[in-house]
Amino acid sequence: MYAQMIRSTGSKVKTPEEMDPQERAFQERIDAGGKIEPRDWMPEGYRRTLIRQIGQHAHSEIVGQLPEGNWITRAPTLERKAILLAKVQDEAGHGLYLYCAAETLGVSRDELTRDLLSGKMKYSSIFNYPTLTWADMGAVGWLVDGAAIMNQVPLQRTSYGPYARAMVRICKEESFHQRQGFDIMMKMANGTKEQRAMAQDALDRFWYPSLMMFGPSDENSVHSAQNMAWKIKMNTNDELRQKFVDQTVPQAEFLGLTVPDADLKWNEERGHYDFSEPDWDEFFEVLAGNGPCSADRMEARNKAWDDGAWVREGLLAHAEKKKSRAVAAE
Amino acid sequence: MQNEWPLWEVFIRGQHGLSHRHVGSLHAADAEGAIKNARDVYTRRNEGVSIWVVEARQIAASSPGDKGPFYEPANDKVYRHPGFFDIPDDAGAM
Repeated sequence: MYAQMIRSTGSKVKTPEEMDPQERAFQERIDAGGKIEPRDWMPEGYRRTLIRQIGQHAHSEIVGQLPEGNWITRAPTLERKAILLAKVQDEAGHGLYLYCAAETLGVSRDELTRDLLSGKMKYSSIFNYPTLTWADMGAVGWLVDGAAIMNQVPLQRTSYGPYARAMVRICKEESFHQRQGFDIMMKMANGTKEQRAMAQDALDRFWYPSLMMFGPSDENSVHSAQNMAWKIKMNTNDELRQKFVDQTVPQAEFLGLTVPDADLKWNEERGHYDFSEPDWDEFFEVLAGNGPCSADRMEARNKAWDDGAWVREGLLAHAEKKKSRAVAAE
Repeated sequence: MQNEWPLWEVFIRGQHGLSHRHVGSLHAADAEGAIKNARDVYTRRNEGVSIWVVEARQIAASSPGDKGPFYEPANDKVYRHPGFFDIPDDAGAM
């Protein structure tokens, strides 16, 4: 999930009797599958939670360009380089669709950027891991984008109109991302002994961080309960994680690679794979900003913002000059 | 961070002779920049043959609160829909 542990109101979900008439009408509209649009009335908690969630999702897309950007200049062929470049450009586009959706809730782009750069707002834990070899480009597309799709497909039905519409566009494009990743993995897994070893190593390093993307179990979380009632969260973290494992294990077998989990096995009774939980202490450390690449990522984003200042200011000054000339000519 | 670029709404005509349709918004310093950005953000997969951009603050919108009364005049004019009239099959295609 690109949005992890989104705080909600922190209170338990209100019963219809506890709601005032406006809030009850709002909830009934959501229950009936209706969409909420920017100028409609909404509870303040819904608005704030959505800003947190969509903002974190957008930041993840933007920061998510960095681990892959690392390999653009070192792609093994010109075709692979062009594909990776297109993929990373898509991630920038996804960030922009989502920032726009967040802005319809009354937060400005600059506020969102400031909160990312100061570390106040988070982005997905997964992007704080390094991409050490070309095989990591395969693993990121296959596993990281694969895990993101699990979460994003149901979000196309989320209750907030602009968010749902952004997700529709994103899902169409994510499928390219996952397939290009799997294509890299196939090539590596069917290559030389060294390439196979690189593919296995990439799976070994990205498996548990990918499982962490869904966040810890939230069965008893009041935040998740409220967000599910509002339909801004569609499934529990465990449901999505299970779905991801069930889909991915046969793909690993197809590649001839081994999932790094000795306890992984098919459970006939449940109709699902049993698997080991990731190390949640590691997850909380990474989320707190202590991941292997956390400092690098924040430094790169801050540098990009600072280095781009003269471009932003210059273009604005040029636009104003053009405008005043046009007025003078009238 | 005080000089935020203005917000533009983007409308794109798809390839099938349809009207321009709202696809989203973006920030740009001026109209020319907005069109270029719209090309990169909203037409990476040949989604359009024509782009309109308009500054978001120039758009006037109906108020969601008026939804009931504002559209009410249309509610009692069912005869505007062709299905209102019973035409015998014998009259031929119509």
